[in-house]
Amino acid sequence: MNTQITIAGVTFKNPVMTASGTFGSGMEYSEFVDLNQLGAVVTKGVANVPWPGNPVPRVAEVYGGMLNAIGLQNPGIDVFLERDIPFLKRFDTRIIVNVCGKTVEDYVEVVERLGEEPAVSMLEINVSCPNVKEGAIAFGQKADALYGITQEIKKHARQPIIMKLSPNVTDITEMARAAEAAGADALSMINTITGMKIDIHRRRFALANKTGGLSGPAIKPVAVRMVYQAARAVKIPIIGMGGIAGAEDAIEFLLAGACAVSVGAMNFTDPCLTEKVIKGIESYMEQYHIENVTDLIGAVEES
Amino acid sequence: MRKQKETAGVLSQSKIAPGIYDMWIETGIAADARPGQFICVYPRDKSTLLPRPISICEVREDRRALRIVYRVAGQGTAEFSGYREGEPVSVMGPLGNGFPLEAAEGKRVFLMGGGIGVPPILELAKELPVPGQIIVGYRDDRLFLKEDLEKYGRVYIATEDGSAGTRGNVMDAIAANDLQADVIFACGPMPMLRAIKAYAQEKGIPAYISLEEHMACGVGACLGCVVKTAQVHHHTNVNNARICTDGPVFEAGEVEI
Repeated sequence: MNTQITIAGVTFKNPVMTASGTFGSGMEYSEFVDLNQLGAVVTKGVANVPWPGNPVPRVAEVYGGMLNAIGLQNPGIDVFLERDIPFLKRFDTRIIVNVCGKTVEDYVEVVERLGEEPAVSMLEINVSCPNVKEGAIAFGQKADALYGITQEIKKHARQPIIMKLSPNVTDITEMARAAEAAGADALSMINTITGMKIDIHRRRFALANKTGGLSGPAIKPVAVRMVYQAARAVKIPIIGMGGIAGAEDAIEFLLAGACAVSVGAMNFTDPCLTEKVIKGIESYMEQYHIENVTDLIGAVEES
Repeated sequence: MRKQKETAGVLSQSKIAPGIYDMWIETGIAADARPGQFICVYPRDKSTLLPRPISICEVREDRRALRIVYRVAGQGTAEFSGYREGEPVSVMGPLGNGFPLEAAEGKRVFLMGGGIGVPPILELAKELPVPGQIIVGYRDDRLFLKEDLEKYGRVYIATEDGSAGTRGNVMDAIAANDLQADVIFACGPMPMLRAIKAYAQEKGIPAYISLEEHMACGVGACLGCVVKTAQVHHHTNVNNARICTDGPVFEAGEVEI
């Protein structure tokens, strides 16, 4: 059985990764998960300088999911390179670093710093966080803006780049095509869906930020649909995510056209979930006599 | 002290005040649990995704079981309150740093709890190297855990409606009984913790306060449960600390509350 996949020339031992922001830099979950088993660790977003993030409450539970408005709190690229990368290097897994910024120059600065770190296999560009007011999502909701920033980052990036797309758009295929045309090596989707919760007893918003990103099983059907649409619109590989709670969900994403998957919010429910998804995919391959996991990609019957 | 997630067993459960439940759980987490640490309890209902952080109230002598005393605040805790002896319960822990017991060595100590902040004070009183002056505040005379606390120190009560002890809050109880301390340990609602912080600053004594905030992961990854800090925090590199991992206990002067 072969679970190996390749994205933009980078090989991964299996298609299971961690969704940015739900797994820290791996350290916090290393007590629960053998990081060596993972296809890749995708880190929490990192900016050129430390970001304090939003006021609390930053998280709220909703039916079948959660809202978050962390606001991309991060220690900045200096501390990240000194502390988090050396930790992750101790493991036999790929490192994908999620990059955030407020301006094109911010992104480029981080991308250039990461270019000097050969242990980082790929960069995931966060142009889809709904919880920061400047930059970020502004680049991810207009096709021409996405095209521009992708092209600019591509000029400076040493590693292949993954553009992480927002679902908060009218037509996901338009965004996918714009990123591909600008030179993106891969896409990841979906980031969270903008949502809101109101506490009716206190007549207050559940989050200090009022709105937050919805994640968890509640968004999975939306994510599967968008991955399917994007996979038919572009040739570059897609990493699928959104509410994966088990191997069955991961396989659904693969069949829809994703070549890899990320486990996100459900890490909070089950800190050992990533390993279970890997084992579950293997059992499925055994059950259906599938030799290569790549045979599952986009293999949903069309008729 | 490795964190673990496991399916543990409910040993007993009872209601000890309106909306307040007392559950003993047989779990390996108890082996290393310290006062002021907490556990995450996971609802079975799949529509509820996130664990509920609940403070450790007591650890059994053989360190194979622990006790949580919690308030039903929503769907998850309502589910827990229905668990009966012999049922499974999904838990993770021990989490957080706990109270620094060594700070009490040779000192006059206040152990202060307010409302659903009273439970962690019990294990703290039990393990403290010196007898503490236990000052606890309740809404009314339905005083849960009072008898348990009395085994480990002199207990001073405050109630909002004056139906037991001093009328008012824990600060009023300190004044009414003319109590003195060199160090404070506390858990309770934010107004109480703010009053304690101000009192400790005025007296020039340290106060170790246990904070709570909405959490998602419980292990320091999601950055959901932060508190503003006076200094740039060594881990986050910003003026924020993670309550679940860097806390829940902080010296009051370290945090902006």
